[in-house]
Amino acid sequence: MELEVHVIHYLIVSTIMMFCGIYGFFTRKNLLALLISVELMLNAANINFSVCNRYLFPDALEGHFFSLFGIAIAAAETAVAIAIIINVYRNVKQVLTDDITDLKG
Amino acid sequence: MDYTILILVLPMLSFLILALAGMKMSHRVSGLIGTLSLGAVTVLSYLTAFVYFTAERTAEGVHSSMIPLNFEWLPFTNQLHIDMGILLDPISVLMLVVISTVSFMVHIYSFGYMKGEIGFQRYYAFLSLFTFSMLGLVVATNIFQMYVFWELVGVSSYLLIGFYYTKPEAIAASKKAFIVTRFADLGFLIGILIYGYYMKTFTFTPSEEQLMQAGMMLPWALGLMFIGGAGKSAMFPLHIWLPDAMEGPTPVSALIHAATMVVAGVYLVARMFPLFIAYAPQTLHIVAYVGMFTAFYAASVACVQSDIKRVLAFSTISQIGFMMVALGVCTGTNPHDTGLGYMAGMFHLFTHAMFKALLFLGAGCIIHAVHSNEMNTMGGLRKYMPITHITFLIACLAIAGIPPFSGFFSKDEILTACFNFSPFVGWGMTIIAGMTAFYMFRLYYGIFWGKENKELHAEHVPHESPLTMTFPLMFLALVTICAGFIPFGHFVTSNGELYDIHLNWVVAGTSIVVAIAAIALATWMYAREEQPVPAMLARRFSKLHRAAYKRFYMDELWLFVTKKIIFRCVSAPLAWFDRHVIDQFMNFMAWSTNAAGEEVQPLQNGRIQSYTMWFFGGVIVLSIMLLLI
Repeated sequence: MELEVHVIHYLIVSTIMMFCGIYGFFTRKNLLALLISVELMLNAANINFSVCNRYLFPDALEGHFFSLFGIAIAAAETAVAIAIIINVYRNVKQVLTDDITDLKG
Repeated sequence: MDYTILILVLPMLSFLILALAGMKMSHRVSGLIGTLSLGAVTVLSYLTAFVYFTAERTAEGVHSSMIPLNFEWLPFTNQLHIDMGILLDPISVLMLVVISTVSFMVHIYSFGYMKGEIGFQRYYAFLSLFTFSMLGLVVATNIFQMYVFWELVGVSSYLLIGFYYTKPEAIAASKKAFIVTRFADLGFLIGILIYGYYMKTFTFTPSEEQLMQAGMMLPWALGLMFIGGAGKSAMFPLHIWLPDAMEGPTPVSALIHAATMVVAGVYLVARMFPLFIAYAPQTLHIVAYVGMFTAFYAASVACVQSDIKRVLAFSTISQIGFMMVALGVCTGTNPHDTGLGYMAGMFHLFTHAMFKALLFLGAGCIIHAVHSNEMNTMGGLRKYMPITHITFLIACLAIAGIPPFSGFFSKDEILTACFNFSPFVGWGMTIIAGMTAFYMFRLYYGIFWGKENKELHAEHVPHESPLTMTFPLMFLALVTICAGFIPFGHFVTSNGELYDIHLNWVVAGTSIVVAIAAIALATWMYAREEQPVPAMLARRFSKLHRAAYKRFYMDELWLFVTKKIIFRCVSAPLAWFDRHVIDQFMNFMAWSTNAAGEEVQPLQNGRIQSYTMWFFGGVIVLSIMLLLI
């Protein structure tokens, strides 16, 4: 039996990544871990863009470009998030979400 | 006749200048601006009257009315619109002359009377505003324009009564005047609305077809309008504001509360007279009886008042009653017979404006000299103030109806018209005319003869007023002497036809005898140094004397009606409803919003992960819904 990698396999991987990211985002308490979870979700989306482009519209390039944009955005977001986390740490001396609840009504 | 617009524009302009820049001017400049503009208005009014009355009569022998200016101001429907304009007809031209003359005299007089007062510029600004409004009222081309200016004179009257706004009595009086007349104006407004609703027009001369549409509603509309007129003209029982309005400066009382504004009600009835006669003669007779009762009531109160301005105020009310009676006793439009009252009423309006303004201005001079309104501070003033004395005497003789002064002629015409209507009204009015002569001479003797308050006069010697104050007195006295000989019937009659005034010697003789008897009685009672008779009468009829002095408790009655009945039975339940139902409903709305917020508030707990949980849950729910649909 020939082993062929189909679009469905890529999607399974990206779905697993996505839900890992969501699970991590819900359960972890550390802000840095949350950030990593967000990266997982973003990359799952990037994989979907590339795969759909490759298998469904092989002549076009928009999906790949979107992936590249996604990577750039992820980089920028990480930079901003890290900066925020550092500032949060400076103010409250820890980075656990349970204790950062000042922004409420 | 295009220049007639200037009659309205000039006082308005002078009001604007004085109101906006008055405080930067000296007293002299601001007074001059007001007086000069009024002088120009007076000249223009005389010119208008001259041109109007010397113009050719029409084929029917009447002075046709002219409308030099009219424009549509507020259109409601194709037919119903409110116009603004200038209407010249015999009565409006007559009123132009009366208002501008008295107003001009008052402007001159105020130079002396108000000298050095704080707010001198404001005073002149308000005088100009009043004159503008009053002139606009009389030249109104339709009932709604009249109503607009009617309210404007009301507000100027309010401002001028409350001129001494640091004095609590003046504030109370101005509020009273405003509220009472506004209350009456409600009737006027409803009358106008009925008139406009059924007739689809606001003009004074609706067509036959429009009159047919109104049908039975027309007498109601006219009756309601008369309520407005009764409020402004201080007819019983809406007269209560006028005596209190005497808190204002005396020249204001002369201008507004004697000569011009208070006759607006008479003017209104005269303006609607053709409709009254043709479609609502019963309503017109109600006017007559209201006028007669008011004349009697006010005359009896005037006999015992001690404040000289109050006496004059009640005398004004009584004389306006005479005018109303004169209009009310008309049963037709023929000036020789059934419509004589119309001419008589307008004639009396004219002569009364002159001699009553003279009386008030004279009273102003006296108050200026002794610094009090009370009669017991006066007495024997004839030596100190000869000009005031003589002019005051002339006015008293005129109002008492002694020939050849003007009041005699107009009052005689009124009495003739009353006798034509019914002997009851005729004799009633003759007796009231006698009472008029009595209380006016009681006043005259109380001021100029009688028992002199020597202590007070030694302390502060009364002095004659300056020329700015005595000139208007002399001018008005001259008018009072001559005005009776004006062939008034040539200018104003019920249907416009020429009418030569001729005396009915039976009526005139009776009224002269009654007046002389009343004057003789007043002389016997009040001219002497010692006055045992009035004191004895006051003791003998102490209850009656006290009731009359308290104006037969009309103010108390109104207070009872407003405080005990209206406030307690109408306003208090309404206030309760407002506080307990409407306010509580609003409070409930606020409370429920607040409570809902309190319930939802824990969701916003600041934990970013719980937010994302909810968000994710929402996404899942939406996805399931999309799949199912």
